[in-house]
Amino acid sequence: MSATASRPWGARLRIEASASQVAAAAIVAAFLLAFLVVPVGRVFLTAFAAAEGGFTLVHFADFFRTSLFIESFWNSLYVAGMSVIFASLLAVPLAVILARYRFPGSALIAVLGVLPLVMPPFVGAVAMQLIFGRNGTVNLLLMDWFDVRLDLMEGLNGVIFVQSLHYFPFILMNLSASLSNIDVSMEEAGQNLGARGATLLRTIVLPLALPGYLAGASLVFVKVFDDLATPLLLNVTNMLAPQAYLRVTSVGLGDPMGYVISVILVVVSVAAMAASALLLRGRDYATSQRGGGGLSQRRMTPAGRIMAWCFVVPALLLVLAPHAGILLLSLATIWSFSPLPDGFTLAHYATVLRETPQFLTNTLLFCGIAAFIDVVLGVVIAWLVHRTRLPGRALLDLVAMSALAVPGLVLGIGILRTYFDVHLPGGDSLATSWIMLTIVLAVRRLPYALRAATAALRQVHRSLEEAAENLGAGSATTLARIVVPLMAGGLAAAFVTSFATAAVELSATLVLVTRDVDAPLSYGIYIYMQSAAGRGPGAALGVIAVVVVAICTWAAHAFAERERRRRSRTVEPRGAA
Amino acid sequence: MSAQGVDVEGVSFGYGATRVLEDVSLSIRKGEFFAFLGPSGSGKTTLLRLIAGFGTPDRGRILIGGRDMTRTPPWSRNVGLVFQNYALWPHMTVAQNVAFGLERRRVPRAERDRRVRAALDMVGLAHLIDRRPAQLSGGQQQRVAIARTLAIEPEVLLLDEPLSNLDAALRAGVRQELVELQRRLGLTTILVTHDQEEANAAADRMAVLDGGRVLQMGTPTELYDRPANRFVASFLGTANLIDGTVEGGVFRAGGITLALREPATPGRATLALRPQAIRLHRDASGGALAARVLRTEFLGGHVRYTLELQEGQQLTTEEVHLRGRDPLAPGGGVQLEIDPQQVSIL
Repeated sequence: MSATASRPWGARLRIEASASQVAAAAIVAAFLLAFLVVPVGRVFLTAFAAAEGGFTLVHFADFFRTSLFIESFWNSLYVAGMSVIFASLLAVPLAVILARYRFPGSALIAVLGVLPLVMPPFVGAVAMQLIFGRNGTVNLLLMDWFDVRLDLMEGLNGVIFVQSLHYFPFILMNLSASLSNIDVSMEEAGQNLGARGATLLRTIVLPLALPGYLAGASLVFVKVFDDLATPLLLNVTNMLAPQAYLRVTSVGLGDPMGYVISVILVVVSVAAMAASALLLRGRDYATSQRGGGGLSQRRMTPAGRIMAWCFVVPALLLVLAPHAGILLLSLATIWSFSPLPDGFTLAHYATVLRETPQFLTNTLLFCGIAAFIDVVLGVVIAWLVHRTRLPGRALLDLVAMSALAVPGLVLGIGILRTYFDVHLPGGDSLATSWIMLTIVLAVRRLPYALRAATAALRQVHRSLEEAAENLGAGSATTLARIVVPLMAGGLAAAFVTSFATAAVELSATLVLVTRDVDAPLSYGIYIYMQSAAGRGPGAALGVIAVVVVAICTWAAHAFAERERRRRSRTVEPRGAA
Repeated sequence: MSAQGVDVEGVSFGYGATRVLEDVSLSIRKGEFFAFLGPSGSGKTTLLRLIAGFGTPDRGRILIGGRDMTRTPPWSRNVGLVFQNYALWPHMTVAQNVAFGLERRRVPRAERDRRVRAALDMVGLAHLIDRRPAQLSGGQQQRVAIARTLAIEPEVLLLDEPLSNLDAALRAGVRQELVELQRRLGLTTILVTHDQEEANAAADRMAVLDGGRVLQMGTPTELYDRPANRFVASFLGTANLIDGTVEGGVFRAGGITLALREPATPGRATLALRPQAIRLHRDASGGALAARVLRTEFLGGHVRYTLELQEGQQLTTEEVHLRGRDPLAPGGGVQLEIDPQQVSIL
């Protein structure tokens, strides 16, 4: 610090960067500008542009005068809020059991936390209707036995149900991580002063875990608020994202309402994230101290264990329902108005592999390229931010991460608006080509890869690079020979994470894909699920998608785990003891 | 017989197959400042935590104020523990941290506020009452941790390496304050430390632990002057340990022959010789033993010499440095004399 302050002004103003650093930054900046900043900027401009040019708020006035839009707005808020509540009801007890108790079912809870993530919510939505819907398994049995019917899947209820089941792991994982990061002495100090049991939980443990909970909850809120595919598949159109999609696809690209809704989606998402950041300000409770262990796990009383099982088992069944449903559906001859399918067949798998193999190959190709782009961009940005003094490097990071706050639908609409009139040599529009879809997938998943790359880079102690530089390696050589090899495990994990999440992206894909031959897996599932006859093949594609994502998730986990073990064997350079 | 402070009776403790404490017994008197001194891994912190109720001994009993508390949970003990890392809750203000224990004890609001203020006054931090722990310096955090513990008026105060997270410059001052506070309150206090100077300066009595056992117990001067074994002798200050034999009240080893002042059992024995028990004579006539200077270290107030006797025995000694008296050069000869009053046989 003091060195910076004492340097003369001239030295401080000089750009402290090499030509290669500037070039790398320029390429990354151009990519982000062209495929993120400009398209999203176009959406905002269009929303505020009058027909004859110039600034206007008239489109927003129209929005708030239309009762359907007002209703959609409140519906979206309601669905997102209720999803957070139900996801919390599921996640909080599980997180507390997982982090604080020695419970024989802990492995099950860990599985519970991953299962939903390997299946995109829109895939499970149809299966959920067959199990929990009006004439689904559960209601048919309830009618038989008790003559009651639960409207679990009707309208907004269905969206809330499906989304809570899908997104609760975000809260579970954030909360249990933050619970287990609480230094054990925090709890012991409370016990020493006379607190125990529920009091200890209420006064010490939960307040310290609040940041983790809020981080998870705000993520769930934003994801649900922005989601397009799940409401569409459940035929719920009186929400914001489906309205924007319908306006742009049916009324046309020129209709301003799609853009107005897009702006509202972005503003609410950003506001939700900012609100949680504001709530968390000054609450960075990094309490783990040197030598300190995590929260102590304690034995459960027999009664406690019974209660825990009574919660975990139904939760597991609930979470497994979409998976079981989609598997049954993919193997069913006919499944309608009956608790279980009438018969079983493998014909649906044959159908999708024979008639539409391109869905699978397209996904492998597009998502593979997108994930590769992400890893390269992620490494370059992380390196520029943390290892150079390039001016504006923090802005680069911010822009790349801001893709998180841009719903896929909005980015898709922006890309259409910006590139629809740019034509490829064949005469097709650039905006709807597979190249653009791949780029959009890369932009949307870049934040994950960037975070992973940053984490991996942080693990590489600066002294390891300095040793290479001290022995005569230049910065490029150091990056290639020392840094990247040391980051390899983290980058492999980043690649498969980007790949797996891109493989089930549907919001931007729905907007950009126009032809079946250029469509990936997720689009294929959507198309098949539109008709009753297509449900079987759609489910078969869904099962394939789940398997692909599950394998990738497992691989990412395995890479990360191997890296962790490797690292724990090497002695890390440390500061003061 | 209970000392009415803290009694540890035959306590053993282990994690799985790892033994941490082995048959530890000690009695701490009411109002006494006691120290557990030992290297890391000696079990001293584990013993402290058992007294606070974090863990149950595999065998043995722990009595506090004469009552058996072996199986009493931590929250019912009224034993105040100041954690090594302070363990202040970052989501609470200083006042909330200090008030916590009083709230658990259902102390009425007005009384609680008064005691919070009194506890903070005692450590001189009443003006920081509304800060959060993250806004305090390390020294201030420690005072808050102490105030938080004192506010509940504990029966016993336990201090786990309280000075180890402080700057060297702060340590002596904080140590003196701690001792003064303890004297003023007359509070039974146990200090855990690996620093002999800290234990010597603060404690009325102390126990030296190693490998999960109490090796010796006594006042700091007793332990320094009459160490019971090699470990205590060398852990507390510098000591020359010389293996030899005792016969007819005379210790013999190499070139050393020393008539002992105190009775000693004949046979193999180790002589513990503090540096100040060796007197150096620069003129060739005064001493009884001839030695050669191997190494000279000038330490400011005194000079430390490593000497070698003719028979090869090495000894470390120290001499007060005075202006005009140059340190002996390595390689030179010197005469030395051992004061039999100052030695002990282990």
